[in-house]
Amino acid sequence: MQLTLWTYEGPPHIGAMRVATCMKDVHYVLHAPQGDTYADLLFTMIERLPKRPPVTYTTFQARDLGGDTAQLFIDAVLQANERFKPNALLVGASCTAELIQDDPGGLALGLNLSTPVIPLDLPAYQRKENWGSAETLYHLIRRLVKRNPVVGTTQKVHAQESVDPASQNNLQPPSTQQPVRPKCNILGPTALGFRHRDDVVEISTLIENLGIEINVIAPMNACVSDIERLPLADFNVVLYPETAQTAALWLEREFKQPFTKHIPIGHKGTIAFIREVLGLAKLPVDEPLIERLSKRSKASWYASSVDSTYLTNKRVFIFGDASHAIAAARVASEEMGFKVVGLGTYSREFAREIREAAKLYGLSAIITDDYLEVEDHIAELHPELILGTQMERHIAKRHGIPCTVISAPMHVQDFPARYAPQMGFEGANVLFDTWVHPLMMGLEEHLLGMFREDFEFNDSSAPSHLGGAKKTADSAALTPHSEPLLNEAKAQMNTEGEPTTGPAQTESQQGLSPTPSSQQKVSELIQHWTREAELELK
Amino acid sequence: MNSVIPIASHSRLPNTNPSATHLDIRHERGQREVFCGLTGIIWLHRKIQDAFFLVVGSRTCAHLVQSAAGVMIFAEPRFGTAIIDDRDLSGIADANEELDRVVNQLLKRRKDIKTLFLVGSCPSEVIKLDLSRAAQRLNVQFNPGVRVLNYSGSGIETTFTQGEDACLASIVESLPAPSLLAGSHSPHLAGPGQKKRLLVVGTLADVVEDQMQRIFKDMGLLDVEFFPGRNSQSLPLINENTVFLLAQPFLADTAKRIEDKGAKRLPAPFPLGSEGTSEWFKAAAVSFGIDEKTLEKALFAPRQRAQIAIAKHKAMLENRKIFFFPDSQLEIPLARFLSRELGMRLTEVGVPYIHRQHLAQELELLPAQTLIVEGQHVEQQLDRCEQAQPDLVVCGLGLANPLEAKGFTTKWSIELVFTPIQGFDQAGDLAELFSRPLSRKEKIAA
Repeated sequence: MQLTLWTYEGPPHIGAMRVATCMKDVHYVLHAPQGDTYADLLFTMIERLPKRPPVTYTTFQARDLGGDTAQLFIDAVLQANERFKPNALLVGASCTAELIQDDPGGLALGLNLSTPVIPLDLPAYQRKENWGSAETLYHLIRRLVKRNPVVGTTQKVHAQESVDPASQNNLQPPSTQQPVRPKCNILGPTALGFRHRDDVVEISTLIENLGIEINVIAPMNACVSDIERLPLADFNVVLYPETAQTAALWLEREFKQPFTKHIPIGHKGTIAFIREVLGLAKLPVDEPLIERLSKRSKASWYASSVDSTYLTNKRVFIFGDASHAIAAARVASEEMGFKVVGLGTYSREFAREIREAAKLYGLSAIITDDYLEVEDHIAELHPELILGTQMERHIAKRHGIPCTVISAPMHVQDFPARYAPQMGFEGANVLFDTWVHPLMMGLEEHLLGMFREDFEFNDSSAPSHLGGAKKTADSAALTPHSEPLLNEAKAQMNTEGEPTTGPAQTESQQGLSPTPSSQQKVSELIQHWTREAELELK
Repeated sequence: MNSVIPIASHSRLPNTNPSATHLDIRHERGQREVFCGLTGIIWLHRKIQDAFFLVVGSRTCAHLVQSAAGVMIFAEPRFGTAIIDDRDLSGIADANEELDRVVNQLLKRRKDIKTLFLVGSCPSEVIKLDLSRAAQRLNVQFNPGVRVLNYSGSGIETTFTQGEDACLASIVESLPAPSLLAGSHSPHLAGPGQKKRLLVVGTLADVVEDQMQRIFKDMGLLDVEFFPGRNSQSLPLINENTVFLLAQPFLADTAKRIEDKGAKRLPAPFPLGSEGTSEWFKAAAVSFGIDEKTLEKALFAPRQRAQIAIAKHKAMLENRKIFFFPDSQLEIPLARFLSRELGMRLTEVGVPYIHRQHLAQELELLPAQTLIVEGQHVEQQLDRCEQAQPDLVVCGLGLANPLEAKGFTTKWSIELVFTPIQGFDQAGDLAELFSRPLSRKEKIAA
């Protein structure tokens, strides 16, 4: 049992919903008690999707438990199949249905529907949301991709393939007259992903500009027929390892499709990605082309312009999913000239990767899903900028530290109306703007430093372009109070184990049991926080 | 296993109110697009300021509470989840010991907590984790500093607002027997428990409570108690001299527990809108023998304010068709208010449950032939909504944007639970909650 106040990730069936919701013609029948339909609002309210997620819930109640919940599930499958006529049915259980062991997969398969059925076994008491997405995408592909011996032999196949005209991802099919262009799939974008919508546009345009054809983008906007065509590509572009790595590894094994390891975040990250993609496509590295494409990014020029001098060695704390956090650290350090003072993730599956990344900055990675522990680190490290998730946004607010969200989980304001990718060259521009925006401008900062006695413009002033966000004396006083806690948290960092040994329990236990001397401080903090939260509410 | 009985058992009583026969009440079963009772924690923890709500459940429960809260604004909220994991399920860890450990952790951290609610969830109910015994055990350990109570907010037993019902029922259940209290209950020193007293039951915003208290005072009722109070220490005295008014229509279990202690419920419509609020105060006046003149004097000015405020929205709402998806059990009183005071036409009133005794006065006031659907089959209901083409749809957050995208105008229903809407001074605000989506649509229409 683990005490949790806020969670970075939902349960794994939410991950499955993210895959189902972003696709065009699958339906997910979820054996779940009344109330689990709350998940719909994540998509309709936070992401503002104009359609209900394609999910049918059995919403069983106590009175059903005495009866036949299995029949309830069967009825739900039949009704959903009839009403929505999906081209594939995902079936599974949420946490409670897992306990009653009705075996949704077996029940649905037993119906012998003409619709392909994909049973999802997502252990709700062990795993979490991102893992659920990865597993769902993997099973979807495994079930739908036929191991046709013809496909998988790459280039040779292209001329003779039959292309499904209904396919949404179907770009210009190569005519037999033209030289065969290399093809790739883009894997990973889902509903409720951090800027996935725009990253996909940015990266697919970039890849096409390199002379590479995009075979399928999945799961976002894909249909079942697209999934079936995945083996026709020469290689895979994995944009989000959290959701796509499992599937990419399988495709690599089965169809000899290699996949990209570079994440195209930041100017340099995008260039490294381009080189990797060209290599996988067996295309020559066309330097003038890269030069031309990269002109779109003003970020590197902005970072080298003299105005940015003041950004040098700004202390930045980074926390998010592993791939966004690692990429942000690289951009912060190599492209913005910041100093990375803290780096962490809640994605335990990628603990190894984040530890290695942290070493580059002489840090030991913070791997936790306890946001209070993250807060302790932040309080101790005094960063000047936080790049994090919705949780860190609130931590930052309490501590009066500028913050930008770079990773899920996020709230409605992180689904902007405008085009705002994180990836590619335009993404690099977005990073520069959104990371620098919360900071005080260079000259302003100097003047405040020089004339601290000024009654209007002093150290506690907010940046002049961010009216009203004045740091309160209270929140400034937070830091010294928290120190006892932090030392402890620091001690914990060194005792961190591998995910399989259950550090979730032990870490949070330690994190929540402060020494007697720090208890008083903690309760002071808590009272302070509660007051602030109340003010905020009003 | 849990001391709380789901109120579904009450709602399935046969229609005992003959006067409601003018209505078309149907029942429906299927997918229910509603929250579970855990959601009640979002307002209960704001109301009862020294209480902590610990959900004993899964990651889904934790995710639900934080998502339903909509805004993750609390630095350290007064609620949390003890997430059951596979070690608890497989028996590697003793779930009871684990729970004790988590509670110890929590209470060590939160010295300010005076009452801890262990809140049961679907998984804890299914694995039969006995939270009432856990509460007893922990009560012994933490007595007298912290009181530990338990109730179930599970989706298999409770729908949305029933979570509040279960919570309040658990508090009533924990009250000491009246005889033990005699002479010891300080606020009632003058013949403790001897005098007839009024209790208002149901969570109300503090501002609403204050307004109501002023009106009761004007009526001559000086020691009206509100339950739940603003902190968990102020517990009501309930005995055979207590009469109580329900402020919310979803408190079946709580009311039953209060009645079991000898108290008498005053039947009344609910204090929504000018009419409902007037009738609600009147029920108290009649019970306490307050003459009409005194009542009228106390109600006149606030009622007039309410009517003026409501009138401003009539032009926008009159003759418009409204369709309710089931959500909070507030639907019937709201439908009554909207049809009688604002002239709206009721296309369909979906309700999760109807408590026929508590809603008898409300049902009588609904226009003849009103279609009421108890329970839900969301797909069929969406089809009916599509066919009826109402001017305004009241629905949950999962349905609102998809309906808007189809051209419907919606009012998301959770706002009706999170906004002070009871009493005279809120009646105009209540009307505005319904007129705003329509006026907004007019305003931004091309």
